[in-house]
Amino acid sequence: MLLAVLALLAVTVPIANLAIPEGSPLHMSTFMVTLLGKYLCYALLAIALDLVWGYVGILSLGHGAFFALGGYAMGMYLMRQIGARGVYGNPELPDFMVFLNWDALPWYWYGFDQFWFALLMILLVPGLLAFVFGWLAFRSRVTGVYLSIITQALTYALMLAFFRNEMGFGGNNGLTDFKDILGFNLQSDGTRVTLFLCSVLALALGYLSCRYVVTSKLGRVVAAIRDAEDRVRFAGFRAERFKLWVFTFSALLAGIAGALYVPQVGIINPNEFQPLNSIELVVWVAVGGRGTLYGAALGAAVVNYAKSTFTAVLPEVWLFVLGALFVLVTMALPKGLAGLAARFKRVQHA
Amino acid sequence: MIKVDKTAVILCLVTLAWVSLARAAEEDFLQGIAALVVAESYQDKRAAAAVISTSGHARAEAVLNALFEGEVYTTRSDMRLVTAAPTDEGFAIRDAVTDEDLGTVGKRDVSRVSVNNQLRGELRAMLATLKLQHENPRQRIAAILEVGESEDLAMLLTLQQLLATERHEGVRDAIAMASAMLNLDSTEVPERLAAIATVSSNIGGHVRTKLTALTANQSLDEDTRVAARQALIDIERRVTFFDLIQTAFFGLSLGSILVLAAIGLSVTFGIMGVINMAHGELMMLGAYTTYVVQQLMPDAIGASLFVAMPTAFLITALVGVGIERGIVRTLYGRPLETLLATFGVSLFLQQTVRSVFSPLNRSVITPEWMSGSLEITPGLDITLNRLYILLFSLLVFGALLMVLRRTRLGLEMRAVTQNRAMAKAMGVRTDRVDALTFGLGSGIAGLAGVALSQLTNVGPNLGQAYIVDSFMVVVFGGVGSLWGTLVSGLSLGVASKLIEPAAGAVMAKIFVLIFLIVFIQKRPRGLFPQKGRAAEA
Repeated sequence: MLLAVLALLAVTVPIANLAIPEGSPLHMSTFMVTLLGKYLCYALLAIALDLVWGYVGILSLGHGAFFALGGYAMGMYLMRQIGARGVYGNPELPDFMVFLNWDALPWYWYGFDQFWFALLMILLVPGLLAFVFGWLAFRSRVTGVYLSIITQALTYALMLAFFRNEMGFGGNNGLTDFKDILGFNLQSDGTRVTLFLCSVLALALGYLSCRYVVTSKLGRVVAAIRDAEDRVRFAGFRAERFKLWVFTFSALLAGIAGALYVPQVGIINPNEFQPLNSIELVVWVAVGGRGTLYGAALGAAVVNYAKSTFTAVLPEVWLFVLGALFVLVTMALPKGLAGLAARFKRVQHA
Repeated sequence: MIKVDKTAVILCLVTLAWVSLARAAEEDFLQGIAALVVAESYQDKRAAAAVISTSGHARAEAVLNALFEGEVYTTRSDMRLVTAAPTDEGFAIRDAVTDEDLGTVGKRDVSRVSVNNQLRGELRAMLATLKLQHENPRQRIAAILEVGESEDLAMLLTLQQLLATERHEGVRDAIAMASAMLNLDSTEVPERLAAIATVSSNIGGHVRTKLTALTANQSLDEDTRVAARQALIDIERRVTFFDLIQTAFFGLSLGSILVLAAIGLSVTFGIMGVINMAHGELMMLGAYTTYVVQQLMPDAIGASLFVAMPTAFLITALVGVGIERGIVRTLYGRPLETLLATFGVSLFLQQTVRSVFSPLNRSVITPEWMSGSLEITPGLDITLNRLYILLFSLLVFGALLMVLRRTRLGLEMRAVTQNRAMAKAMGVRTDRVDALTFGLGSGIAGLAGVALSQLTNVGPNLGQAYIVDSFMVVVFGGVGSLWGTLVSGLSLGVASKLIEPAAGAVMAKIFVLIFLIVFIQKRPRGLFPQKGRAAEA
């Protein structure tokens, strides 16, 4: 069903934006396209989290960190594409480095002028971090609440680090003022629609691969680990290895979501690392229904739509709503909207 | 009878002597003022100033100071001595003797009592002597040390005269120090060496520059230069030592805040096993309670804290019981869901406060008895509010320990955490105990908020900043272990302050977080893991 919706979006949105002239009631503004694209990135991120939370039982409160790292890798590429068109006109250094009186590019910025290198880093950086972190955590059998708290500490530490100017990632302001990607102007409608289509594709592939993971034998082992880790271990499986691979895969998806998100919104800054963001992400999944994958995507779209609406009309009320959502979903709707739909279906059948 | 008479007589005599002395001071002072009014030459003015300065009158210093600054005038109409400050229309004048406000007069109604440079020099010496004889020993010490920095060898004699009559121990030490500081410029080698030995206990900037100059001065003998270098090394060592103590104190202070924030959590999370993400917001509520109490009693800021503490405890404990009854109770055994639900509560509380008090920070006034600092030795100050908070956190810790060990509630709490079913079978009302335990932990968060309000501004985000840190403290110390929380809080505080000078505040925080993440890998149960039955609960 999710795939059908995505296919529909992939066909109608470009037509509504590009082919139908402005002024027609069927025309879709570029702003809307970008907004939808943003939701799709969130949906991919939510699916990534649902994979670890819903199927492996790891409540990660730091998935926003992988998302932001992927975003930063993309941001660094876009930054290098600005070239001499920055305010200071330095062909080599981004504006904020000129501002800080740096005279050479730090070593970790090397290679980011190449798109293929940036793509590699988008996968490598979040993946490696998740691998090392997961290896340490699962090996020593840190589970449950403890794991949640240290993932939160991880994203918190990264946020503090990225806020520092000395880190060379633009400090407070992050990376912004992007001009173009692969030579295409980021502001043009065509590029926006292409990015949107990329997001649709990424979400569809992400969903399919997660589907594949959870229905394969690996998925069944992983679900068994979620339900009774010790028994799986006694049955001869190396539980920590299964968990590690799924966790790393999920981080990769989150990184890709971040990389698609940044060119569409046009900025990446350390606020993306905020623990609150990662926890909001958990609510999307919870609202949609954990352990269903499509529910997570649905939840991401619904909650973010609600957020856009509320912050536009009644900005003070949004946190009340979000807080109430947390409480309501956990207490009244443990299976989320997906669970509600399933129940509804069952009632009809009976 | 006779004895009583004697005492009475003595008392009478003393009073008489005192009264007459005071009267003598008044007479001398007025005489000096009168002489100043009519004085024609600088010679006369000098004599009049000398009379004023030796009169011992309370206003003497103020008048001489005004004269030195050229602010003393006489009125043309009644030849009264006044101090005057220029205004737009003329002068705002005050009586020089009584300091009574006499209103504003025109420029032509007064004439200045002029002073020249020579007289000004003499006035400066008189003022210095007056300050040196100030009745408050603290003021005397300050004046004496100022003389020590004057590099005026002539003042040595004055200092010696002072030493002959001075009884106060601290002032005598100050005189010795000031003499030694002056003697650093002495031409006699033994005196210079003795002076160097004396000043090596002084870590002030003046002494250090003097000693550095001595070591560099090639015209001096070898002994002096070696001694000066040695003294400098001693001083440096002392300064480093004091700095270390300061850092350790700041670390303990930070640690005490962490402990305050974390012990409430170690009750709810450690003992009950309930993860409460709204803990930081409960602290914030405590801080806002302090703010509100201060607004309600603006005339008694000093006492407001003592009202705020129980109020904050009660309010946050009630909110805590509400959270437990309403939400947590239905989610026992599902820690991840509890985490999410309480996080929702924390957002709710934050936004409530933002709507009621505005998103801006509020500043809570620090009462007088908590501000200022305690000087342990020169160069080593400890700020009082941090000291009080350190003591407060130890007090709260002790009280909590007592509650857990010595009261019926504590006994029931421990019983419920060790074996819920068995406790229930023995007649313990477990859900009542749960609510009270949660309330206790929340109330302590409120107390932590009161303490925090004395250190930082109170804002809706106050709690967020501490929630990750305090979970870390609890986990590092060992879940369920109160002593572990104390040790880990204090040691984390000291550790991050020790790293801070080398790496900066943010990096210190990151290092500590990374250390903790690695530490949990090695010892997942913390510094002081629980043993025996409690560990299996």
